[in-house]
Amino acid sequence: MISNQELAGSGRSARTERNSVIIRFAGDSGDGIQLTGRQFTNESALAGNDIATLPNFPAEIRAPAGTLAGVSGYQIHFGSEEIFTPGEVPDVLVAFNPAALKANLSDVKMGGIIVLNEDAFTDKNLSRVGYEQNPCDDENLKQNYRVFVVPISRLTKDALANTSLTPNEVDRCKNFFALGLMLWMFDRPREATRAWIDKKFKKRPELADANKIALEAGYTYGDATEIFDLSFSVKPADLEPGLYRNINGSTALAYGIVAAAQKSKLSVFFGAYPITPASDLLHELARHKRLGVMTFQAEDEIAAVCAAIGASYAGSLGVTSSSGPGIALKGEALGLAVCTELPLVVVDTQRAGPSTGMPTKTEQSDLLLALHGRHGEAPVCVLAASSPSTAFSMAYEACRIALKYMTPVILLSDGYIANGSEPWQIPDPSSLPEIINRRIDKTNNPDGPFMPYMRDEQSLARPWAVPGTPELMHRIGGLEKQDLSGNVSYDADNHAKMTALRAEKIARIASEIPPIKIDGDDNGEILLLGWGGTEGTLREAQRRCREEGISVSRLHLHYLNPLPADLEPALRKFKHVLIPEINTGQLKSIIRDKFLIDAKGYNAVRGQPLRSSKVVEAIKSLAQPH
Amino acid sequence: MKLKAKDFQTDQDVRWCPGCGDYSILANVQRFLPTLGSGQHNYVFVSGIGCSSRFPYYMNTYGFHTIHGRAPALATGIKTANPDLSVWMISGDGDALSIGGNHLIHALRRNLDIVLLLFNNRIYGLTKGQYSPTSEVGKVTKSSPFGSVDQPINPITLALGANASFVARTLDIDAKHSLEIFAEANEHRGTAFVEIYQNCNIFNDGTFSSVRERATKPDNQLVVEHGKPLIYGKEQDRGIALSAGGAELISFEPGDEDKAIAAGVTVYDRHNRLHAHALAEIDRTPGFPVPMGVFYQEQRETFDGIMQRQFHGSDDEKPSEPHDVDATLSDLFQSGDTWMVG
Repeated sequence: MISNQELAGSGRSARTERNSVIIRFAGDSGDGIQLTGRQFTNESALAGNDIATLPNFPAEIRAPAGTLAGVSGYQIHFGSEEIFTPGEVPDVLVAFNPAALKANLSDVKMGGIIVLNEDAFTDKNLSRVGYEQNPCDDENLKQNYRVFVVPISRLTKDALANTSLTPNEVDRCKNFFALGLMLWMFDRPREATRAWIDKKFKKRPELADANKIALEAGYTYGDATEIFDLSFSVKPADLEPGLYRNINGSTALAYGIVAAAQKSKLSVFFGAYPITPASDLLHELARHKRLGVMTFQAEDEIAAVCAAIGASYAGSLGVTSSSGPGIALKGEALGLAVCTELPLVVVDTQRAGPSTGMPTKTEQSDLLLALHGRHGEAPVCVLAASSPSTAFSMAYEACRIALKYMTPVILLSDGYIANGSEPWQIPDPSSLPEIINRRIDKTNNPDGPFMPYMRDEQSLARPWAVPGTPELMHRIGGLEKQDLSGNVSYDADNHAKMTALRAEKIARIASEIPPIKIDGDDNGEILLLGWGGTEGTLREAQRRCREEGISVSRLHLHYLNPLPADLEPALRKFKHVLIPEINTGQLKSIIRDKFLIDAKGYNAVRGQPLRSSKVVEAIKSLAQPH
Repeated sequence: MKLKAKDFQTDQDVRWCPGCGDYSILANVQRFLPTLGSGQHNYVFVSGIGCSSRFPYYMNTYGFHTIHGRAPALATGIKTANPDLSVWMISGDGDALSIGGNHLIHALRRNLDIVLLLFNNRIYGLTKGQYSPTSEVGKVTKSSPFGSVDQPINPITLALGANASFVARTLDIDAKHSLEIFAEANEHRGTAFVEIYQNCNIFNDGTFSSVRERATKPDNQLVVEHGKPLIYGKEQDRGIALSAGGAELISFEPGDEDKAIAAGVTVYDRHNRLHAHALAEIDRTPGFPVPMGVFYQEQRETFDGIMQRQFHGSDDEKPSEPHDVDATLSDLFQSGDTWMVG
């Protein structure tokens, strides 16, 4: 972080070295904020920094220009040290208009840097968000922050005076001017952005040139203008050796699924219906048809899951994806997949609910839905990603378990993981675990009829005899199955037995779970227990506690059903188990229910990632009970 | 070994009410399939929920009894994942037109290459007799003691409106006609939609009696054939003239098609959408016959065919080209900007 003193006293001659910096770009949702943020992220990743990002955009694609409802933001936390979260308090805010300033100012670090696009601070835009005084001239603001008022639009226009572009097209280049300025301020390269521009505007070379000119103009402006008396450098982070790339959660999920298709030598059939924030997975997978993933944009959520089940029945691995509202709709079909014991992967990219809720905001409130959101006794395996990198590994794991155990697997992600990005150490594909499946082409009962529900003794998986296989014709469906034969049965004892078998099969997946690894001492006062997208926040909270001399151990779960077999004894070694969640206490209920352990929660449902500072407070209040 | 009808029967007891039209349809299908010469393992019968949807349990093929209304979606996944299969979807008026209406219209417009048999008995049978989406206005049932208030859906016009590429109707107990229609449906590449008038003798007995009873059938049923004039009646002395304005009943001297045509009777063209729409509506008017046969047929690319082409890159390319999986994945993972640490 940048200290206030440094901000006040930085000289022009040399760059001040920082361990980490948080920048937030904010503007109208049509201003290209997300693009600007992603490019800055890429350049920082290529500069070798560790990074975490948080896009924050409104559900409205183009809310009325200049309004608070239309403010889009993109926050990047980059550093030479390990970065766990996108950060809470930006050191730098780049505000493209008054609404962007108004919506974000309260978050900015006191004494932090604020860059304003002067040209957007017109009377009309100011009054639209209730500014009586123009913040560009506000001495009070300048006392609390380092405010740089830059006529970004005009400077962009000047830089592009000699182009044939329309005034509108010229104005749209201003985000690259701002990006250039920030790249200068933090000593980032520009090569990747230039290459990106060339590729993006391949068919409009005049636009490519204009954007590159704007980028260069912004960079030069920072370098040449006296008003910028601050510049910083952030050295490369000390990451584990290897080949890296920047990746977001949706892409990582897609790669995990593609990898499963390739390694299992099966086709993946991916059925989905567009829904925020899950659609990016559909978009990414749709590009990879040639890599063994067939994508199907269905007429609705129910058709998406049903087609995936149909494909699994026919010998592909069916995968479907949605967010909470869609997962709710898929519930009945999931019951069918449980009863027919077919492999199926269901990705739930969670968002704030109930109902339509806040589609672009993150939440962890579908855990109980994933565990219990079906009629009847319908257990499924539930996994959770905790970061973009683990989105890859857990997507692959979900496919592996679904095929090995002939079961639906729900993989929980969330809007924060899906849209956030971080450096990803690219795995060696040959090191990925083997994926086995239960396909058979010979009968399992030579002396009688084929037995579609005769199980593998260890996993309890049933055989997968796909249509087209001679001699193995059989009928399955949602009616209760007679054990072994799979015929329709209303027998009471059989129903009890099948219910128990379905539960036991899921329970046995616990044997797949690697031993739990506690970060810190394996016994003590406080264990911080988490799952899903809060992992970075909890690591950050743990680090801050350690810096203050408070010993906190930490455990993050990626397997939610079944839970790891060694979880309960591990929990019992701590006086307190604190479970921070972006819900009202769902994992906490499960831990209390399963183990009768008096776990405590820290819960905040604000549609935003948890704040590590708040988690630290929760830890402290447990450590020093009043 | 040549297969027989009994080779398509399972050991499961058939549990429809005695006298149900479903028995006839099952027998017709079991008689038809052996004529195709393909093994039982190449067929999948997929159904939703309802009396009709028990059908797969009685077919010695692969079978999937799914959930209410969703069979078209399951069939989409099955056929797309394995286009070599012959997929037959079985549904009823409630399953296909009420709870599954959305999936039905999308399967039809998609032109998935399956045969879709819709058993229409104008009633909910399995739930014991509520009015269905094809029940007539005013129908008194347990759930409509003062008469149903909903306009019925005409499955044929719905299918045409959804851009179905094959639309036909037949009758449960008319084995000869059913087998002809099944043959056409099976031959057709695309979604072959076949409405089958089916009698529910428990909750809606006699709903189709005008075309099911030997005495009344000739004067109430119009058997539609491609390239033939639309003639019907015991004496074959009545015909239909179709136009953009609708349909007109025409009487003429019996016995000669030329006379019928001269009198203005339409020579039916199953590739003509105008004919199909006009014909599908004629029995709304009292005194007009119920058409049976193929209303419409067009050849267009199938959904599964297009999906396979996109998937494999071309029609010829085979799916499981041996390739270096790890190299393929490395290429994917390293797409975009990468950097080396250490």
